[in-house]
Amino acid sequence: MSTTATHRTARGSGKEPVAVVGVGQTKHVSARRDVSMAGLVREAAGRALRDAELTWADIDAVVIGKAPDFFEGVMMPELYLADALGAVGKPMLRVHTAGSVGGSTALVAANLVAARVHRTVLTVAFEKQSESNAMWGLSLPVPFQQPLLAGAGGFFAPHVRAYMRRTSAPEHIGALVAYKDRRNALKNPYAHLHEEDITLEKVRSSPMLWDPIRYSETCPSSDGACAMVLSDREGAARAPRPPAWVHGGAMRSEPTLFAGKDAVSPRAGSDCAADVYRQAGITDPRREIDAVEMYVPFSWYEPMWLENLGFAAEGEGWRLTESGATGLDGDLPVNPSGGVLSTNPIGASGMLRFAEAALQVRGLAGEHQVPGARRALGHAYGGGSQFFAMWLVGAEPPVS
Amino acid sequence: MNEVLTAPLVVEFPFTRSLGPVQSAFLTGLREGTVLGARGTDGRILVPPTEYDPVTAEEIRDLVEVASTGTVTTWSWNATPRRGQPLQHPFAWVLVRLDGADTALLHALDAPGGPESVSTGMRVRIRWAEHRGGAITDIACFEPAGDEEGPAEPAPHTGTFADPVTGIVAEARLDYTYTPGRAQTRYLNALAEHRTLGERCPRCRKVYVPPRGACPTCGVATDEQVEVGPAGTVTTFCVVNIKAKNLDIDVPYVYGHIALDGAGLALHGRIAGIPYDQVRMGLRVEPVWTEGGRYPDHYRPTGEPDADYETYKELL
Repeated sequence: MSTTATHRTARGSGKEPVAVVGVGQTKHVSARRDVSMAGLVREAAGRALRDAELTWADIDAVVIGKAPDFFEGVMMPELYLADALGAVGKPMLRVHTAGSVGGSTALVAANLVAARVHRTVLTVAFEKQSESNAMWGLSLPVPFQQPLLAGAGGFFAPHVRAYMRRTSAPEHIGALVAYKDRRNALKNPYAHLHEEDITLEKVRSSPMLWDPIRYSETCPSSDGACAMVLSDREGAARAPRPPAWVHGGAMRSEPTLFAGKDAVSPRAGSDCAADVYRQAGITDPRREIDAVEMYVPFSWYEPMWLENLGFAAEGEGWRLTESGATGLDGDLPVNPSGGVLSTNPIGASGMLRFAEAALQVRGLAGEHQVPGARRALGHAYGGGSQFFAMWLVGAEPPVS
Repeated sequence: MNEVLTAPLVVEFPFTRSLGPVQSAFLTGLREGTVLGARGTDGRILVPPTEYDPVTAEEIRDLVEVASTGTVTTWSWNATPRRGQPLQHPFAWVLVRLDGADTALLHALDAPGGPESVSTGMRVRIRWAEHRGGAITDIACFEPAGDEEGPAEPAPHTGTFADPVTGIVAEARLDYTYTPGRAQTRYLNALAEHRTLGERCPRCRKVYVPPRGACPTCGVATDEQVEVGPAGTVTTFCVVNIKAKNLDIDVPYVYGHIALDGAGLALHGRIAGIPYDQVRMGLRVEPVWTEGGRYPDHYRPTGEPDADYETYKELL
């Protein structure tokens, strides 16, 4: 009897534990004119394979994600990129959930391993914003419809104002987040923005684009890719470096607009977090989670998500930010990598959150490592705050 | 009034593409009248070349030059060419294995003799475009050839050319016929009379504006029409300070969410008729119509006292 058969019989029912054994990303920049899209995803995938010390032949399936088709005009990347990702003759699928896609893509890959459909899965997400047009893709002139009168920032800025009104948060909180994340990015060699001379004053005096959102409180436009190799317990046992174990993962969605939608703290987000915590046995996220990589494209979304994800009571998220708790040296570091505010290849941004969470618990985050991180949360959202994807990873295997 | 609206929706955009080393060499070669292929790890010559081996996934960079003559491996007749296709008169789509290559290239075959003159196995040659700039259209099309044979063995090529093409512009265009559906049609027809017509969910009793024909929360049809507004409350807003490319509105202006009286959720619009820095949450506003506008041009203050936060906080 082969090891595989023994292994499967022994496990019987229940999910296979899933381990992140390889992580790779590109150096994110505003334009990668030197590579094709195939070359870009290949770079990240190759680094993930090298981290796992595996070859293309070791991969059983590939799961890929990218932003909405209109952004880059590539409608079926799973066909176009099959040879670059070593997927010829293997299952390859594409996931599509707007800005949260990088997270959803990783979860689909993780589920294939958890369900024992495949043993080792490569998952990749990418965006070449320099060769796409997100604004155009988001504002197609649909007949009879009133055009949206503002860009992406204009779409989210009224929700930020609603948050400020609801919680009486002081105006300077957004700048604190932007300053922190841009400082963190200086410790991450892969981050897009490396603003060596950033100061809090510079953030606070940057142009007001969509009042209350300032220029320095918005994310950049990046080219980049991220990849991970996920494997089962045997794969983890063979891995040359410590794996990150998936302790919980969930996705939730809701309509962009509906009567009763809470755009400040969407129910799909809080439900998604609650599901992940339940799977992971987390009862007090603030105390039990050591690092958080959350999707913060506009600075104010840090305090908003702190509440939505259960790290702070309603109305108290901004106090956590203001206290310095979310700094790299705080007790709940948020976005030690610099986050979306420092790097935003849209299709990859969610996977970068998941991958950075994995790097933290593997102890491989380098200069932006949170000392002794044992449990980390990766979070992504997309669309009009309507798609959510999260996972919780740990340094120890889950107890089944 | 039962007729559902439709309109054409054309989506087009000139996407840019960075080529990477292999596609760059291939397209620059076409500009120079040279067809390049790549040698796969199994020795096969791939034309067009790929960056990565389709079998082993290894990076491949070993380029060769193949002939401009070849053999049709399969074909399909295109009797009614469309906009943007290589030829504007009827032609054959062909897969051509160029002499020296092991894979086939998709292109058009100009076959004045009609479909009867095309066959699998027929010999063809490249007809180069008069003006070439580094694109697949540098091959204008294929044309029938006699028995001329290209060299059977491909010649090694460095892939290096002066002034290489590193990127292309890929024009994308999609033509749709768009219909907003019955509920939106009712809404739009009412708007033409400057009335705002929402629809009430029979289960949760909330009024949808604009209506979508169904309640997304309860999943049931909304068929009871309810007139809302015309006045409403600004629930939240932002001040836009950067000019949007496709909008002819002077900055700064206020983009707001407006809950019309009786509506279960806010819609969006521009707030004017008041200095931008005096707009506030709770401001009471009413629509201002302009000649021929499908939607209100903007909303202006009614002069009523501001709405109490408690009355609209559930609509944020």
